[in-house]
Amino acid sequence: MSEQSEHTPDPSPRPSSRRPIAIVALLAVIGTFGYLMIGGVEENLVYFLTPNELLAKGTKAIDRPVRLGGQVVPGSVQWNAESLDLRFRVTDGAKEVLVHSTGAPPQMFRAGIGVVVEGKYNRAGVFESHSLMVKHSNEYRAPKAGEGQHPERIDKTLIRS
Amino acid sequence: MSVYGIVAAVFGLTRQRPAWVTSALQAVYVNFALLTISVGAMIFALVTHDFSVGYVAQVGSRATPVFYTVISLWGALEGSILFWGWVLAMYSAVVVYSNRTRAGGLVPWSAVALLTICLFFFILLVGPADPWALVSPTPLDGPGPNPLLQNHILMAVHPPLLYLGYVGMSVPFAFAVGALLSGEIHSADWIKLTRRWTLSAWAFLSLAIIAGMWWSYEVLGWGGYWAWDPVENASFMPWLTSTAFLHSVMVQERRGMLKLWNVNLIVGTFLLTILGTFLTRSGIISSVHAFTTGTIGYYFLAFMALCIVVSLVLVAGNSEKLRSDGYLDSAASRETVFLFNNLFLTGFTLVVVLGTLFPLVADAFNGAKVTVGAPFFNKMTIPICVALLFLMGVGPALPWKAATPAQLRAAFVPPSVVVIVIVALCLLSGVREAYAIAAFAFAGFALTNNVREYVIGIRARMKAHGEAVPVALVRLVAANRRRYGGFLAHMGVIMVAAAVTASSSFRFEREGTIKPGQTMLVKGDLSVRLKTLWGKDEPQRQVVGADVEILKKGTVIGMLDPRMNFYRTQEQPVPTPAVRSRPNGDVYINLMAFTPDGNSATLRVILEPYVPWIWVGGMVVAFGAMVSAWPVSRRSARRVGYAVPAPAGGVAGSGGFPTPAMSQTNMSQSAAPTLPTTSA
Repeated sequence: MSEQSEHTPDPSPRPSSRRPIAIVALLAVIGTFGYLMIGGVEENLVYFLTPNELLAKGTKAIDRPVRLGGQVVPGSVQWNAESLDLRFRVTDGAKEVLVHSTGAPPQMFRAGIGVVVEGKYNRAGVFESHSLMVKHSNEYRAPKAGEGQHPERIDKTLIRS
Repeated sequence: MSVYGIVAAVFGLTRQRPAWVTSALQAVYVNFALLTISVGAMIFALVTHDFSVGYVAQVGSRATPVFYTVISLWGALEGSILFWGWVLAMYSAVVVYSNRTRAGGLVPWSAVALLTICLFFFILLVGPADPWALVSPTPLDGPGPNPLLQNHILMAVHPPLLYLGYVGMSVPFAFAVGALLSGEIHSADWIKLTRRWTLSAWAFLSLAIIAGMWWSYEVLGWGGYWAWDPVENASFMPWLTSTAFLHSVMVQERRGMLKLWNVNLIVGTFLLTILGTFLTRSGIISSVHAFTTGTIGYYFLAFMALCIVVSLVLVAGNSEKLRSDGYLDSAASRETVFLFNNLFLTGFTLVVVLGTLFPLVADAFNGAKVTVGAPFFNKMTIPICVALLFLMGVGPALPWKAATPAQLRAAFVPPSVVVIVIVALCLLSGVREAYAIAAFAFAGFALTNNVREYVIGIRARMKAHGEAVPVALVRLVAANRRRYGGFLAHMGVIMVAAAVTASSSFRFEREGTIKPGQTMLVKGDLSVRLKTLWGKDEPQRQVVGADVEILKKGTVIGMLDPRMNFYRTQEQPVPTPAVRSRPNGDVYINLMAFTPDGNSATLRVILEPYVPWIWVGGMVVAFGAMVSAWPVSRRSARRVGYAVPAPAGGVAGSGGFPTPAMSQTNMSQSAAPTLPTTSA
């Protein structure tokens, strides 16, 4: 790797005979990866859609992983604390989609709030969600005068000093 | 702010006059000193709540504890760029100082490259990310840092480690550019320097990734540590390519092959750090790391384009010097294993790059909002990980050049027995998932051969020198730290791989709403009981917590207090899960919801076996890398390095790596054995 090697390039005939094999092997492996990737990405794309867009896709949207974004329709929330069964409707102003999920909703979940649910739309016309996120403003700002305190989160009697 | 202007001008001038090399190198120190002052001034401004400074007005708050106020230095865009510049300046100063006696153009040219990268960050600091912009009128108070970033102590650990790792990758790049510009690219010297710097940056990056996983696990409340989030991928991509480099560089040092490839890996690693910064800082991907949407993304794109063009021109112009001196002797050799290692690691990188960038490309082309789900990454990368584990077992046991049938037997038979035992154990205990079984089996395979290298070396020393086991172990590692540090890093990676497999395959989750005093069954004889719900007012937030007892067979074995933090400046509460860690796994409880009257709480209890071993494994990786990278002192080199040739070399027939001192001797005769070997 010093001066020497620069002046006397390797005279051996073997590299030239072996290199093509190595190149072919490399190309084969890279090709396989390329193929796998193209196939894999297509299957695993998760589209972000609004209820209107989801319904417009028709049967193409059924049983495909989708992230559905919209607002919780007031009065549509049905929550069964025993069976952890949650049903509500999501709207984008134009169309509504019925969403079903299991598990307690996040603390912030309420009618009118923006949500993103991830799951699949099934043939029965219900969006089976496995993940429910409340969309909130990520902005954090200084409290303005007069709103230094939030409304009580928990009953005063439970506050420890 | 004028500080930056002066610094930029100073080195801008010196840069154009290479004759003033000494002065240029001194500018590196000045650069570092001025940036240190600047960072110090910013911390002072933060701590004294000087809200006339733009950055303080953005992240400061009188209610925030001092500790989080100080670390909010890297809690938002401008401060993080300032901190980045400071780390880079520090590295530059260390590079120049530690090589002050070195002759030749390598270091000055590398310094030029480093200062140019620094200049880019100065441009950001005076342009789109100016932390010192004056705010008028001066606000009385600020919003405080992002709640997620003031919720856990790891916020003080993860970002600095990440910067040390991420920015550290600029140094190998600078060396590569320096070597190409100074014409020292054909010397074996620059690559050794580069290897050591890459190794230490790699160690920091490994720790940073692990710390990031840990933070995500402890703070985000979903009970996981890796989600193939673009942010995680951004840190992982350069890790993969630098790992590839650390392996392929050995082939260059030993056999004079893969020179061009190695330069490309160094350049690629650096570009991936810039790409990662672009992804996380430009705001095109929403995450806790994306602080703002501004014009800063275009700066990164332009800088990346510049780096690509410069590297391409330099590499193409020196292609003759980057020719290979050696060739592959046999398929059954360590070189071949390294070749496949590199192939899989680059393949891995490609998968991650593709999965990360695909949504951006899709959005740009047809406006579709898509994400590439975790299933894609898992499906693509798990087979690669299994293959890499296999190679990790094969590589250390195979010799350079060509293995004899006996060596092949020694390399494959013992670990194969382990594989069979593990598969049988998995099947007996009811594990049916093929990938989990394969991962465990090959982790065992790799572990066997890496431990075996230690055992063989220790035995040889005990025999030759009559040393006790601990003495033999210490001296063995001291005699060839690079080799045994590497194996130690392997063991850490194996631990992480096995722990990730176990925790993801055997994860169990239960959710339920219970009243105080009620008990909820989790799994088997494990249950949880809600004691009370409580609240607490703190200056910057209100905390709501649940005291939860963990019961095993009806007796209390522990207590956890998952919380929900309501920061006064943000609507969304920040969950704070509570974790009970034991070597055999974690009990992870998250407070999902509660009624304000305190009459019920919804808890999510997650059982994750063996998770702590991920963190331990990460530390072992970094420790192994440090063992390898720590400079050899002259005295100890004389004492052990020369007196005792690596005993494992001959015994295992696997040819140790040359010690640094040895590799300086002539290695160009690739056909002749260069290592001293002893036979048992």
